[in-house]
Amino acid sequence: MPCIEARGLRKSFGATKALDGVDLKIEEGRILGIIGPNGAGKSTLLNAVLGLIPYDGDLSVLGINPWSARNTLMRDVCFIADVAVLPRWMRVRHALDYVAGVHPKFDRDRAEALLARTQIKKTSKVRELSKGMVTQLHLALVMAIDAKLLVLDEPTLGLDLLYRKQFYDTLLNDYFDHRRTIVVTTHQVEEIEQILTDLMFINHGRIVLDCSMEDFQSRYVELTPRPEHLGEARSLKPFNERQSLGRSILLFESAEREWLAALGDIRTPSIADVFVATMSPPAQGGVS
Amino acid sequence: MSTASDTPQMVDSNGTRAIAAGNTRPFFWSVKREIWEHRSVWIAPLAAAGVVLFGFALRTFHLPHLLRQAQTLEPGMRDAAMAAPFAFAAGAILLTSTIVAFFYCLGALNNERRDRSILFWKSLPVSDATTVMSKAFIPFVVLPLTAFAVALVTQLIMLLLGSAILLASGIQPATLWQHWPLPHMIVVMLYVVVINVLWSAPIYGWLLMVSSWARRMPFLWAVLPWLGLAVFEKIATDTSYVWSFLAYRFKGAMIEGFAPTADHHHHKFMSISDVTSALAPGHFLSTPGLWLGLLAGAIFIAAAIYIRRTREPG
Repeated sequence: MPCIEARGLRKSFGATKALDGVDLKIEEGRILGIIGPNGAGKSTLLNAVLGLIPYDGDLSVLGINPWSARNTLMRDVCFIADVAVLPRWMRVRHALDYVAGVHPKFDRDRAEALLARTQIKKTSKVRELSKGMVTQLHLALVMAIDAKLLVLDEPTLGLDLLYRKQFYDTLLNDYFDHRRTIVVTTHQVEEIEQILTDLMFINHGRIVLDCSMEDFQSRYVELTPRPEHLGEARSLKPFNERQSLGRSILLFESAEREWLAALGDIRTPSIADVFVATMSPPAQGGVS
Repeated sequence: MSTASDTPQMVDSNGTRAIAAGNTRPFFWSVKREIWEHRSVWIAPLAAAGVVLFGFALRTFHLPHLLRQAQTLEPGMRDAAMAAPFAFAAGAILLTSTIVAFFYCLGALNNERRDRSILFWKSLPVSDATTVMSKAFIPFVVLPLTAFAVALVTQLIMLLLGSAILLASGIQPATLWQHWPLPHMIVVMLYVVVINVLWSAPIYGWLLMVSSWARRMPFLWAVLPWLGLAVFEKIATDTSYVWSFLAYRFKGAMIEGFAPTADHHHHKFMSISDVTSALAPGHFLSTPGLWLGLLAGAIFIAAAIYIRRTREPG
């Protein structure tokens, strides 16, 4: 059973189509990164998956309809929807008490063990914690819940580099176990690049790329041709060209690596490079 | 505690960790959460009690004199005069908690959206109905009970304080106790608390609904439409049905819950026995305004649940 399956998922806000026919299938045990510009429909997609908004089309999460069976779903699904949304008046120990009191799959000892690794005091109020510490607290609460699906919507926005790195390290080392599924959206693509198993680009409410990271790495090649081979390289129809330090860098999709290697240096592009190339209008690429 | 993580989390010395699967109590913890967040629920009645007691303490120094003066009054007047400070104390505390209830309701479903903490609450397996009902539980049950308990304790302290002063001046405090019989005052206060809560159901429901609907300024959205309607009616037709409707909703419990007494107009205050004999639960329960109000309250709360469920959070 796929963890999330959608067919023809649509959602409009007035005249704006936030989701314009999304089809997707996410298997269990994957870590999916959803990348898209602001307003692309990422949060709307996640809100639909979490049963927070009604939608049109078919959507099934862990085999159930997230809108009509939301209360059942939330026992197996966890999310961090935004940074620092923990109630500011709450004390850390109250947060532990409350989640322990309402969540059947919360392991309080585990949450306390995770908190013990931080500087957070149990008597502190959330408003007294730094933004990074609030995120640590939220992550400790979420990681102590034995959920099947964890959804993270910009979980590290506004955090400094150390907290961001620690966030994903903790998640990967102490939480992910190949039975759980994690869906994450972020603008800081480079930080999650190493942990993803799957990748999705979304723009204008549509999925524009949906592949595993293995596919991604074999599919895209970046070539920095030697100047004398630039014309030849361009004739092979790169789908994007950019300038860096006075040299042209060409991005190819589904090209023969051996041929390209003969023309210059090749490497696997970063997600960010492919993302920018995919989202940019093709005209400026200088394609022959 | 070091071995706790190795063992199943069913047993624990201090009991706090004993919550295991299937043993969650979302409603209980949601109510508790409201009380953690809104400490005014118990601080405000206590503060009112403090003010009342401080005032009474200053007054008690005149108590022997007042009591001697009271002996010269006719019995009905005397009873009423003796009962007045106690009734006033209870009234001040109950009114305070009612005001707290109004403002609590206005913020209950609005603040969580404004600070976006609704996204955290909604990430837990607690239904919108449970959440809204736990919030309604505060003005309908927690606040009235707190106010009742605080008022009762306050009156007991007043009695003890008064007795001590009287004893010190060589007067038998029995007179004081006689004018303020404990069982009577418990019955009257409970009655007043219960009829007021039932009668106020549509007000609390309306405030909760506006709180979940309004993006900001729930107070204005809750109040201005009614005022606008009343002013419009006055100007357009020179009548004031809307205004009387509103006034009736605020004062109605005290009108419908008590039988009119002949003495009522002659005395400034009624004695406790007058009040006890004027309780009219039968009449109160047969007032259509009560049942229409309860129905309206239920509809408003259902609407609040629906709005919290369907509106995009954050």
